[in-house]
Amino acid sequence: MPDNANRIVSTILEGLPFTVIAAVGGIALTIVLSLAAGLALLSRSRAVRVIARVYVEGLRGTSEVVQLFWLYFALPALVGLQLVPLYAGILVLGLNHGAYGAEIVRGAVRAVPRSQVEGALALSFTPAQRMRRVVLPQAFVEMLPPFGNLFIQLLKSTALLSFIQVTEIVQRGEQLRPTHGADLPFIYVVELLLYLVLALVITAVMRLLERAACRRIGREPVRNRFLGGVG
Amino acid sequence: MTWDWQFAANSVPLILQGLLVTLQITVLGSLVAYTLGLVFALVRRARIPVVDQLLFLFIEFVRSTPLLVQIFVLYYVFPSAFGIRMSAFVTGVIAIGVHYACYTSEVYRAGIDAVPKGQWEAATALSLPRRRVWTSVILPQAVPRVLPALGNYTISMFKETPLLLAIGVVDLVNAAKAAGNESYRFVEVYTIAGLLFLLLSYPASLLVRRLERRVEPV
Repeated sequence: MPDNANRIVSTILEGLPFTVIAAVGGIALTIVLSLAAGLALLSRSRAVRVIARVYVEGLRGTSEVVQLFWLYFALPALVGLQLVPLYAGILVLGLNHGAYGAEIVRGAVRAVPRSQVEGALALSFTPAQRMRRVVLPQAFVEMLPPFGNLFIQLLKSTALLSFIQVTEIVQRGEQLRPTHGADLPFIYVVELLLYLVLALVITAVMRLLERAACRRIGREPVRNRFLGGVG
Repeated sequence: MTWDWQFAANSVPLILQGLLVTLQITVLGSLVAYTLGLVFALVRRARIPVVDQLLFLFIEFVRSTPLLVQIFVLYYVFPSAFGIRMSAFVTGVIAIGVHYACYTSEVYRAGIDAVPKGQWEAATALSLPRRRVWTSVILPQAVPRVLPALGNYTISMFKETPLLLAIGVVDLVNAAKAAGNESYRFVEVYTIAGLLFLLLSYPASLLVRRLERRVEPV
């Protein structure tokens, strides 16, 4: 380890809160947009479907870097609204991954067996109850693993925010680069390890959520064993 | 500030030059990812002790950390640490290629696993040499099935090449930036860059979806 290891680590750690805020904010926005756009893709109204489809294809079809630059450098010139770098970053992370998440939501909702909806109809649930009480809890279980992958992609994308001068992990490391040429391997190892730890945290949280979601709809493997392997 | 058609038209040639670089990196990166991914999948199937675990850790590590940092490591650390000095372009091809090889290896693994067991047994019954089992029986069935997934990763690579502007590659976005820098106008250039991405990746994704319907999914 280099002599100034302490200084390097502490400088990079100063960027950690920004990376975490960007990731958490981006994930929150992704969840909202995925659900909204995913359900809109399944809407009965053609207009709603078309709007959702344009959003999904438009954001999946362009590069995240372009979206970031467009929002941060082009939009202010167009409408005179200059976003704070971190907010612009969160917005792009959410908008971009929300488009991918929408397809996950759509696929998971469509994978819920038709008979479940028919059952809810027979019990004269309102459409809202049908969605919230019957379809979504089951779709939720299917959604969680792909969403886990999506959130890890989002975490990795927070590194892009260094392009618009958000002082997150990578940006902090780049600030050190000119003066710490000999310690570059150490700098990047610290950065990579931080991302690895954050990715592991996301994976662990998703595992917990998966177990909770399974239990909620009675798909817990433990419960099966308890009942003597029924089903 | 409003849209300036004249300026937009003038910046198109420069941006198209950047698009050419982006396409070159996408194609070369895909070749690296397709071949190296297959090598990774085959090596992992061989289950060589230690090598298997190390490769697994490498793949998981690459997949959980940002491509941007990996690009920096290749570009700034490799010359001093290993004496390997590469141009920004070559660094980009290798970084993107290796990063996506870690994804395609999983795709190949799934494709190989999906070949029915009977095919292996039949090959054994015919006492085909191991090499021919792979080249004439398993891979010809596994590879077509994974083509859509590989195609999707190529589209992803296409959209990730702008990361290379961090090490000075004049890709589509960097070219747009350069075109905008002259007069400090960015609305037109970044809009054109976005449209070019959409113009190429949307038809490509439609093509992949059509391919998906034609081959049996893994």
